[in-house]
Amino acid sequence: MTTPQAATDYATDIVKNACRQYNNDASRMMDILWCVQDALGGIDTDAMTVIAQQTSGYRVEVEGVVSFYSFFSSQPRPQVVRIYLCEDVIDQHAGIAEVAAVFERTLGIRIGQTSADIPVELHWTPCIGLSDQAPAALINFRPFTRLTPDKAEALARAILAGIAVHELPIGEGEGNNSKPLINVEVANNLRLPGAVYFAPHRPLSGLDNAGRLSPAQVRHEIRQAGLRGRGGAGYPVWKKWEAAATTASERRFVICNADEGEPGTFKDRLLLTEKADLLFEGMTIAAYAVGASEGILYLRAEYRYLHAWLNHLLLERRRQGLLGKAIRGMENFDFDIRIQLGAGAYICGEESALISSCEGRRGEPKTKPPFPAQAGYLGYPTVVNNVETLCAIPAILSRGSQWFAGLGTEQSSGTKLLSVSGDCSRPGVYEVPLGISVKEVLTLAGGVDAQAVQVGGASGEMIGVADFGRSLCFEDLPTAGAIMIFNGQRNLLSIVHYFMRFFVDESCGYCTPCRVGNVFLLQAVEKIMKGLGEAQDIESMRQLSETIIATSRCGLGHTSPNPVLSSLKHFPLVYSSLIRENAKGMQAGFDLEQALATARAIVRRPAEVLQCEVRLQPADAHASDRLTGVLAYPLIARSGLDDYTVPKVDSTDDPSAHQEDAES
Amino acid sequence: MSTTFTIHVDGAAIPARPGQTIMEACDAAGLYIPRLCDVEGLAPQGSCRVCTVRDNGRCVSACTQPAMPEAVIEHDTESMNRYRRDLVTMLLHEGNHLCPGCEASGRCELQAMAYRLGITDSNRLPYLQPVRPLDASHPLWVLDTNRCIFCSRCIRASREQDGKNVFEYVGRGIHKRLAVNGNHLADTSAQEGDHAMSDGICPVGCIIRKGEGFSTPIGQRRFDKHLIGEEIENKSGRSDLSTEEAQ
Repeated sequence: MTTPQAATDYATDIVKNACRQYNNDASRMMDILWCVQDALGGIDTDAMTVIAQQTSGYRVEVEGVVSFYSFFSSQPRPQVVRIYLCEDVIDQHAGIAEVAAVFERTLGIRIGQTSADIPVELHWTPCIGLSDQAPAALINFRPFTRLTPDKAEALARAILAGIAVHELPIGEGEGNNSKPLINVEVANNLRLPGAVYFAPHRPLSGLDNAGRLSPAQVRHEIRQAGLRGRGGAGYPVWKKWEAAATTASERRFVICNADEGEPGTFKDRLLLTEKADLLFEGMTIAAYAVGASEGILYLRAEYRYLHAWLNHLLLERRRQGLLGKAIRGMENFDFDIRIQLGAGAYICGEESALISSCEGRRGEPKTKPPFPAQAGYLGYPTVVNNVETLCAIPAILSRGSQWFAGLGTEQSSGTKLLSVSGDCSRPGVYEVPLGISVKEVLTLAGGVDAQAVQVGGASGEMIGVADFGRSLCFEDLPTAGAIMIFNGQRNLLSIVHYFMRFFVDESCGYCTPCRVGNVFLLQAVEKIMKGLGEAQDIESMRQLSETIIATSRCGLGHTSPNPVLSSLKHFPLVYSSLIRENAKGMQAGFDLEQALATARAIVRRPAEVLQCEVRLQPADAHASDRLTGVLAYPLIARSGLDDYTVPKVDSTDDPSAHQEDAES
Repeated sequence: MSTTFTIHVDGAAIPARPGQTIMEACDAAGLYIPRLCDVEGLAPQGSCRVCTVRDNGRCVSACTQPAMPEAVIEHDTESMNRYRRDLVTMLLHEGNHLCPGCEASGRCELQAMAYRLGITDSNRLPYLQPVRPLDASHPLWVLDTNRCIFCSRCIRASREQDGKNVFEYVGRGIHKRLAVNGNHLADTSAQEGDHAMSDGICPVGCIIRKGEGFSTPIGQRRFDKHLIGEEIENKSGRSDLSTEEAQ
């Protein structure tokens, strides 16, 4: 029997070892925290205190980091099985609610609540990059796809029977997914290979050609190719490279952004699974071009199942002299790559937030200027490029900038990977020339009855049939590649609502408009969904959106109102059918029942108030604050931040009910 | 000798020096740009966004954005002021700001900013009404984070000037909150004389000193007498600068 003291000593040793493994370096906080959590199941205040001591920091700083990332838990639970069900709209449409219900029933636990009886937890999580095989879940970061109620029950029973997660029964994985180091039931779903990413590439031909040029000439080639960042913003790659290369510094860094968090995006998953060598070749060329000797691959925690595989490939490359000192015999060219695991934060896809995370901090964007290319990771010039961007580099060097520039359109050269999901017969990854129309994509994917297409994920634009002729390119509809298809059965407003909730959950909270404004926008959408909206609400939503976009500090807030604005623009009827006229001078938005609910609860039914308070604890309550239910967040308490049930907003499931109301 | 250049703020030519932010240049010229998170002596961080201006067509926070030669800046205009009103309204609705019951009333920068920007009407936004526990553990101060506006001034003052890190944020997004390095404030090293705990660091009534409430009566407090920002507007900034140039 272990005494409590022995248990504490054991935990302290684990934590100290974790810190020692990373030289007690606070900038490696993410790795230290993963190490502790893997061993102890979570990071409690005792562990935080030890980490702070070892890294010469403060406990509250460690707590600040732990509580920032959704996959870090402050509750140590050794041997815990954590099940993360994907709550994205695509998964909702594919039936994740039924799957969740089976998990809850079979395991006897509620989502978001922990049970002392069994070491199993159920959580919701936003898009895990498997929209093409939804509904999906991560169980201790091992993906399980195409879930059905039957499959969920079998998994839950196996877990209850004590079967280890890596021994749970799975279907066959496609391609490298079936390799022992990955071993998951994920399908690649490459539907259409194109000219750049999935065309034959002679390994190292890009790197060798680059080595025959000077770094400046390589940068010039990329400029001539017209390559723009594939992460969504479309910033010319050469500009970042040029800025980093020409900023005087002893050290420079190349970081690959593999934090593919935009809902509906999964093409980087495929590249990381099947084309990682191409990626590493691209990173190496980038390093040569900007004079960097250190590289980081920032891998989102949702893709942790690829970690061992990617590490293995890096080892192989070191063994072959493709990483390390004097690569390919080039004197003075040293370069190596480490993998930095994220921990669940959409904001870390923003390049300066990603750098904060790599530095072991809260994943908050940095003040710009200075830009990362001037002063990034640890203050050194840093190039951050997306996986897809870096994978295009070897082909450009191998086949020439003219060839690449000839693909796509005038201002959008090359091909683009699209992640197509939703209501279509062939979801998956398509490599298409930029400039392709939405209609063509729908034809390719078999999206025959689409009423709406979400181009570019939650932060993109929701368009209707009238706009299906538009082109996917930087000149018209820019996109990081997520194409979500919604047929006529889907409730568009509840999709908008989910996206807004996503942004509220994922806002880092640094700046006022994004932290607070998005909550108000979400509440405004909910008000309309409940049939309590008035005509003025539409105008105030527009005004609020404008303020959020104009004054937010980073791209998250610059784009978070897009679901509202684009649906208002392209689907005005969705809103107007639910808007009520003011009758007899009364505010339609005033809900007498709700206004009285608090008072009633306090006077006669205190139990209900207490219950609401409990429900409002966020799923994995790092935040010890209590934004209480009825009092604090009347609308969110029902369908938003509290229990994370897949939206079941009664009022919009049957919009006709309200129309009848209004008419009668 | 540093070369000065000109920026154009709402059509007025304002002198600026390399390395100055837009706000610093405007301050020196006696032109006040509203702000809440920025305060003299601490590194600017651009989080409240109240100082948003349009710099060559792009919205930026004036407290962090370097002034560039010949920049055309939009500051005191209808649209900028509407953004500022929206932002201050968001802060008023995010926390619990019940001025009549708050000891900071009259010296509260949030309240003063609301008055300066003319926020007097009710609006359509809901109140979030957080219910976070009060921390009255410390003999000298009470911490009511329900009034926190996330300006980080106490965090920065503690870190940059006191070398302590008494404060830090935990959580994320709307669940972010101010936390202390310990279970309660009394467990931390916060003590008399800390810059973080001094007057003028907390802009609102989140850090409240015990034992001397209302020592200055309501009606005679700082912002009862002056608009916020008047001290900058009343500075003879332009003449200062020209003297400097002359030297």
